[in-house]
Amino acid sequence: MELYQQTIHQLHSLLKSKKISSVELTKAFLQRISEQDSRIGAYISVTGDTALHQAAQADKLIAHGNDISILTGIPLAIKDNMCTKGLKTTCASRILGDFTPPYDATAIEKLKQQHYVLLGKTNMDEFAMGSSTENSGVRPTHNPWDLNRVPGGSSGGSAAAVASQQAVAALGSDTGGSIRQPAACCGVVGLKPTYGLISRYGLVAFASSLDQIGPITRDVRDAALLLNVIAGHDHRDSTSAPQSLPDFTAKLGKPIEGLKIGLPREYFSAGLGQEVAAGIDNARNILEKLGASFAEVSLPHTEYGIATYYILATAEASSNLARYDGVKYGYRHQDYDNLLQMYENSRAAGFGDEVKRRIMLGTYVLSSGYYDAYYLKAQKVRSLIIRDFEELFAEYDLLLTPTIPAPAFKLGERTADPLTMYLSDIFTISANLAGLPAISVPSGFSSSKLPLGLQLMGPPFSETKILQVAHAFEQETDYHLQHP
Amino acid sequence: MSQEEKSNKISIEEVDYIARLSRLKMKPADKPVMQQQLSRILDYIEKLNKLDTENVAPTTHILPLGNVFREDEAKASLSPEAALENAPDKEGSFFRVPRVIE
Repeated sequence: MELYQQTIHQLHSLLKSKKISSVELTKAFLQRISEQDSRIGAYISVTGDTALHQAAQADKLIAHGNDISILTGIPLAIKDNMCTKGLKTTCASRILGDFTPPYDATAIEKLKQQHYVLLGKTNMDEFAMGSSTENSGVRPTHNPWDLNRVPGGSSGGSAAAVASQQAVAALGSDTGGSIRQPAACCGVVGLKPTYGLISRYGLVAFASSLDQIGPITRDVRDAALLLNVIAGHDHRDSTSAPQSLPDFTAKLGKPIEGLKIGLPREYFSAGLGQEVAAGIDNARNILEKLGASFAEVSLPHTEYGIATYYILATAEASSNLARYDGVKYGYRHQDYDNLLQMYENSRAAGFGDEVKRRIMLGTYVLSSGYYDAYYLKAQKVRSLIIRDFEELFAEYDLLLTPTIPAPAFKLGERTADPLTMYLSDIFTISANLAGLPAISVPSGFSSSKLPLGLQLMGPPFSETKILQVAHAFEQETDYHLQHP
Repeated sequence: MSQEEKSNKISIEEVDYIARLSRLKMKPADKPVMQQQLSRILDYIEKLNKLDTENVAPTTHILPLGNVFREDEAKASLSPEAALENAPDKEGSFFRVPRVIE
């Protein structure tokens, strides 16, 4: 097996036993990127010099016989909406121009403390607004399994980088499905942690009550290992949870006998593809053989998720994106007579169409006379959606659903109509609204050999159990071992 | 509703008003497109009105956290040079902007 096909835990043993060096490993990835990425478009920037420098540092630590940590010398890719000190962070938007953060996001700081290697910053829908990575202001990313199809989004670059073996693993961010949906489309593992488990400090804000950073990996163990590193309370993010942290790998391989898993019927309605439904049946059979029990359950407010989300997320975005004013950093339009014109021209030329649409919608639902009808209403429906989950989790350990209703769609197929694109997130959005942890794991392939994904959701801070069940399923299947 | 049906949930005047609040300059040709797209999304969002939320409390935050306080201690922060590094225009230790007061 090639080096670039292996997992974090496999490469860690090779590094630790000095069978390979981090420089050797990093060079293998940089070579792979130079061969592959012109057709995939996973990266916005490749940070080769930084990577080789970090790898050499890691090799020194290993040579000195230090007890190295799990990520020491491991090459990762980072979504380009996380601040990396001294390295351009663009959010795939023209408005950030050549913005070079003077600080690291907390998640990045934690990776650095472990002496990881940064290969580059990955492509995304501009400001994480989209489900296909076609809204990137740089270029679209192509699905490694079929270059005519999208990789999902908004963390499409991160998912495609891992699937096309251009990084061992990656970080993405998930506001309405932006880790899980691309992970499913690209046949890799993606975990959205409980809201508040990972600091949002240095993650460029889209919708602050929904955004969460998480891992995109080749297997479930890698997701648990990365989570162990990036999780934790941070005084710089007042919405991070003051929670004691478990070892997220602790239950991997432990029996799942006796666990109760619900199948919410709203996720299996008429529109669901035959192959997707068959994949979930297969997963159910596998988990039943391992001793889990299943029952059909209901989340009655599921159908209101997307409407609720597009009020709350756009409202928060309109406020968060007010900071792009051509004054403090990023792009400033050259043509203006006064301050107002400078704002309006800079923002008009700096933001792409989808971002403008969401700023407009968010401004509208917050504007005088509409606040109660839209924003307050959505906050109330959010409570109803949360209540649905609370009632089920009083009785069930986890919920099993498909991650995506159909395999990855073709480039251009959904760009004409924003609402059709929004409906791509139908199965992933509720976990964000309720702040719940959820994972997507490869669950098989369509007849045309496109990846499909299953989703496991649990109550707040149940990551250990979600990972345990996802791992149990993965060990019985070989979907995660197949490459495009 | 189908994609072809026209909706006028919001008017061109409202598009102008919202664009002004959003500090976005819009080309005249883009306004009818924005009007149609926003109207269609708002039509979809209307489905929330089917739900009775009279006695439901709004959710503003997912975690059971109240105000998060910390000690009022001076800590290191970005230097003015670092904070100004990315400014499109600056003078000394200030961001430079077009004249605000006539």
